[in-house]
Amino acid sequence: MKAKHQRLTLLLLAVVAVLGAVLLAMSSLKDQAAYFYAPADVTRKGAPQARTIRIGGMVEERSVRHAGDGVTMDFLVGDETDAVIRVRFKGIVPDLFKEGSGVVAQGRFQPDGLFVADEILAKHDESYMPPEAAGERHKTGSLK
Amino acid sequence: MMAETGFVALWMAASLSLLQLFLGASALRPGNEALLRPVRAVAVAQGALISLSFLLLIQLFLATDLSVKLVAANSHSAKPWLYKFAGTWGNHEGSMLLWVTILGLAGAAVARFERRLPERTLVATLAAQAMIGLGFYAFLLFASNPFERLDPAPLEGNGLNPLLQDPGLAFHPPTLYLGYVGISVAFSFAVGALVTRDVGPAFARAMRPWVLVAWIFLTLGITAGSYWAYYELGWGGWWFWDPVENASLMPWLAATALLHSVTVLATRDGLRAWTMMLAVVAFSMSMVGTFLVRSGILTSVHSFAVDPARGFFILVLLGLYIGGALTLFGLRVGTVREGTAFDPVSREGALVANNLLISAILGIVLVGTLYPLLVEALSGEKLSVGLPYFNKAAGPLALLLVAIMGAGPLLKWRRDRLRDLLRRVRVPAALTIAALVAILMLAPGIGVFPLLGLVLAIGAAAASVAPLWKRNLRRTPLFTWGMVIAHLGIAVSLAGMAAESFFTKETLVAAKVGETVAVGPYDVHLMGVEPVAGPNWTAIEARLSVRRGEGQSFILAPQARIFSSPPTETSEAAIATRLDGQLYTVLGREDSEGRWQLRLWWKPMVTLIWLGGALVALGGLFALIGRVRRERRAAREREA
Repeated sequence: MKAKHQRLTLLLLAVVAVLGAVLLAMSSLKDQAAYFYAPADVTRKGAPQARTIRIGGMVEERSVRHAGDGVTMDFLVGDETDAVIRVRFKGIVPDLFKEGSGVVAQGRFQPDGLFVADEILAKHDESYMPPEAAGERHKTGSLK
Repeated sequence: MMAETGFVALWMAASLSLLQLFLGASALRPGNEALLRPVRAVAVAQGALISLSFLLLIQLFLATDLSVKLVAANSHSAKPWLYKFAGTWGNHEGSMLLWVTILGLAGAAVARFERRLPERTLVATLAAQAMIGLGFYAFLLFASNPFERLDPAPLEGNGLNPLLQDPGLAFHPPTLYLGYVGISVAFSFAVGALVTRDVGPAFARAMRPWVLVAWIFLTLGITAGSYWAYYELGWGGWWFWDPVENASLMPWLAATALLHSVTVLATRDGLRAWTMMLAVVAFSMSMVGTFLVRSGILTSVHSFAVDPARGFFILVLLGLYIGGALTLFGLRVGTVREGTAFDPVSREGALVANNLLISAILGIVLVGTLYPLLVEALSGEKLSVGLPYFNKAAGPLALLLVAIMGAGPLLKWRRDRLRDLLRRVRVPAALTIAALVAILMLAPGIGVFPLLGLVLAIGAAAASVAPLWKRNLRRTPLFTWGMVIAHLGIAVSLAGMAAESFFTKETLVAAKVGETVAVGPYDVHLMGVEPVAGPNWTAIEARLSVRRGEGQSFILAPQARIFSSPPTETSEAAIATRLDGQLYTVLGREDSEGRWQLRLWWKPMVTLIWLGGALVALGGLFALIGRVRRERRAAREREA
């Protein structure tokens, strides 16, 4: 093969590889990206079934209930509207998780509307919270 | 006074950088050869001044001079010495100053030691470096002055984020910055060669050590960062596909591709334009990395503070640099002559396949990292892209890449025959099949990814050491050892990842004092929970007596810590490392019935992940020393 043809082949291969990768990426992004829902979004758009999403808002006051096993807990996440999401989480919650403060959870909705979280995102203090939670708190007006 | 001196030194270094750019650019015009020599001196002086500036900032932090705004905002007099020192770069301004300091020192090193390149190419390289430096100097001087005073000075500082109060902070950021800056030096070489139309093996040999240095430091930075996140965050995971982690992974991928293609250029004079392109891509990735981390666009431990003005500044810089680099490449690539041709079945062919696969993986990671930012900017909708996407899209390509990595070094340069290759890989191939059968019999329920990962790791490990087979090991060049060790490291790391993902055992319980809990082969007995205190924190500490079968029992003490300045809680995992894995313990909260939450993991072979990373870096070091020594000898022989 002549050097010039080789260069052309290489270029084509490179373009195909990168385009292929981007197409592959886009198609798997469609079903793998976790969208963010506030309680009001769930009321408006309905609870998305069978896919991983993130929800966020404020942990409602006096809503945290611990189950008998000591590691499972239920709580309500609300926002500035009347909408709330029932959340169940099994695990150790991050240090700053408490009633009346912001939270972001990742997991799936069950058919009965319960959100089973497999991860509560760490929020170590005001400067290090997930951007979603920061946005939510802005809306509710509790961020100083 | 010290802060003012530092500020003046910073300004002087910035002015010298401007001088370096203009002097360099005019020296390249015909008839101005007399200007070539002073450019080197300017680069050395710039390196010295910016180092002085950085040393002064370190001194301000060590002395906790609270009249300096940056110190007051990020330090505290009661902090341990190491964290005062490392705290210098545990904040936005200080870390940007570290960035330019390393850049300045690298420029000084190039000016002082590089003797192989034609003088014109070297000067063009130094001018390109000054150009990169200028943007960051402007950023420091106009948008993030580290020496700003605070009047009146507060009585006490704010302290450092406790997550950062860890010995890892002393090493992790400088290591990654050395990597980023090393890539920018390699890029400057590429610009120099494009400007003087001097793309060829001599240039590739001058550029290679810098690519290697950058790559070694990026490897170390990623490995250390991964282990740090693993033990500090207390979630038992070692990689989260967090955008900030991707910001270090993308330059590493690009540097890995560049490292392999620059070898083809240096050894066989092939892949000329492709190597130039990769240098541009690698530099762009390290700029994107800096942008993602420093602009505050992502909120994480790494972004320190959200400041849109700074983000905009870095975005403009990013656009200028990447746009400029691509434009220069587009204008000049036509003048790069074609290199030597080669057969598809050859060492070069395998390296091209490696490059294409790495580029594809890089594309996938880049898309996944930027997609949420784009979607939010365009539609306001928030989403996150995590592990499922990256594993599904990049995983298969990565496994294929490991297979090629095993076979590639067994191919001859220029032209080879498939039949001969198959003969050379028969031992690794047989081992792979044996491993497949053995794993399927021992662990029937194993998933496809962990299975392929383990099997390929074993095959690739065998193939990696195959180039040493039947060779006189004492006469094998050091850089060949380097390649073997680095490839082996990748296989070791892959084995660790696969084993961790399938064999990990987890127990989550609420236990009363006196209870015993089982996890994997261990029995963990909760002896008690007590308060303890450190220099700037207090904690609740669990005493766990741990025993494996009938063996000797030992104590683990995970803590939930409360820091006083700034007030923050963190959990400190307690980890026991054994030859075959790690026991990882985290203490949670007390429930209403007086039980304590305990989260325990037994992670077999998990340490292989970081051991592999260390091997990869060690291989890089061997290759670097081997190459530099051979060049020295060649230079001596030329003189004699």
